[in-house]
Amino acid sequence: MTRYVMVADLQRCVGCQTCTAACKSANATLPGVQWRRVMDIEVGEYPDVQRVYLPTGCQHCADAPCETVCPTKATYTRDDGIVMVNYDRCIGCGYCAVACPYDARYKVDEKNFAYGEEPMPHEEQRFNEKMIGVMQKCTFCADVIDAGTAKGLTPGVDPEATPACVNSCISGALIFGDGEDPDSPASQALEKSESFRMHEDAETDSGFYYIWSNNPEDAG
Amino acid sequence: MKNRYGLKRGPHPRLQSFWDARAAGNFIGGGTGTGLLIIAALLSVLGEPVPALPILGLAGVAFGLIMVGLEIGRPWRAINVLFNPGTSWMTREAYVAIPVFLFGGTGILFDGTVLGNNAIVLAGVSAAGYLYCQMKMLEAAKGIPSWCEPALKAYIPVTGMAEGLGIALCVPAVNASSIALSALALLLLLRAFLWFRYVAALHRKGAPAKTCAVIDAVRWPYVLLGHLLPILLLWLALLLSSSVPVVLAGLLAASAGWYVKIVIITRAAQTRGFAIPRTPIRGRGESRVLNNR
Repeated sequence: MTRYVMVADLQRCVGCQTCTAACKSANATLPGVQWRRVMDIEVGEYPDVQRVYLPTGCQHCADAPCETVCPTKATYTRDDGIVMVNYDRCIGCGYCAVACPYDARYKVDEKNFAYGEEPMPHEEQRFNEKMIGVMQKCTFCADVIDAGTAKGLTPGVDPEATPACVNSCISGALIFGDGEDPDSPASQALEKSESFRMHEDAETDSGFYYIWSNNPEDAG
Repeated sequence: MKNRYGLKRGPHPRLQSFWDARAAGNFIGGGTGTGLLIIAALLSVLGEPVPALPILGLAGVAFGLIMVGLEIGRPWRAINVLFNPGTSWMTREAYVAIPVFLFGGTGILFDGTVLGNNAIVLAGVSAAGYLYCQMKMLEAAKGIPSWCEPALKAYIPVTGMAEGLGIALCVPAVNASSIALSALALLLLLRAFLWFRYVAALHRKGAPAKTCAVIDAVRWPYVLLGHLLPILLLWLALLLSSSVPVVLAGLLAASAGWYVKIVIITRAAQTRGFAIPRTPIRGRGESRVLNNR
């Protein structure tokens, strides 16, 4: 059974936001929408402070609260673990957004483009009216994965079958793959490192891991 | 930084922007309306039916549902809300609304008959189910600590009952007996206790600072105006045998409950933020344990 997961290596992320830009370009999301975000967080207390760059977005949970609460079944989980939204079915009630512990969902009620009401050519070409008034979020570039796997390519290994954010990452901080396959890049990265998943107390069985050390002795 | 679309999404807890006063309207109308229907059912069982109560109750529930209809992005697809009874409490609420209106409407149409009285009782039972769904809806909102806090669960049905009884006592046809007044006073005492328990739980479990600040700001005014003052008015009503303090107490009990629902849904609704239990220290080859929210 396949379950696609993403891994963000906090040791490598430099907060360049290239993944954010790549996501916006690949998915043509409207202004105000960022399916992939990188938080710039200051932690610690003066004088011992540091910045943490935290890539985030939909965590594609195995026990997704958004799917549980959705009254329309518009939110559903594919066989490969990717949580999706059926834009034709969603009523835009926002219940999934308040159920998501990761603040990963968006709703755009009015058509708007980067420079106002007039779309740029690429925006005009890729604007999807179905996404107005309904919920939207990261899809792990499911269309790319589907097209790639149909050609026999491996997500996380072959760029043509891998999410745009992972392909674009300049430091190799974002890693993708089948979490059930021990040989996938994601599984390999997790095996060699120490990691956590955010908001474990929410019991969502998130599919997004954060590496904080490559030294197993650090776990203690 | 807040962008021009009003979306403010940073690393720290932020006020959710998906449910506004219209969503609060569902909890206000639904809570008070079902409270009224349950009281109407109790009076029917006691052989003192008051026809105005189910009418007001259904109007309250209908108001709440209309508010939801105004909130959703695609209202013409509203029927889709019925698609997930297996896990969604919003779907279940929609389904329970059917017997609420069916039995409530029958009770109103056949008022004064055996059929009508039995229908009102069944409407009251359905209304209790509706109130239960509202309680579970908030519990399932895992992204908002102030909503999914378990201590809020008991508060929701109790405030619904207090609001319903408060409004019921404003209806002239309702016999404001000492038992009815005592029942409201007891409900208010119970609501105050559950409110304090809820506020304490938010602090104890580390709810977002802004959430705690918003709740703290209304904590005592709510207790004084929504509980202590109505109880004093009820005592005065018993003493003077006057209906004016009863009406004032009922309105205060209900409106204070409504106000706090608006506060919880629209102002004390911060997200969890982003928790990082551990992070590397770049350049040092070390890591550190964090305790942030």
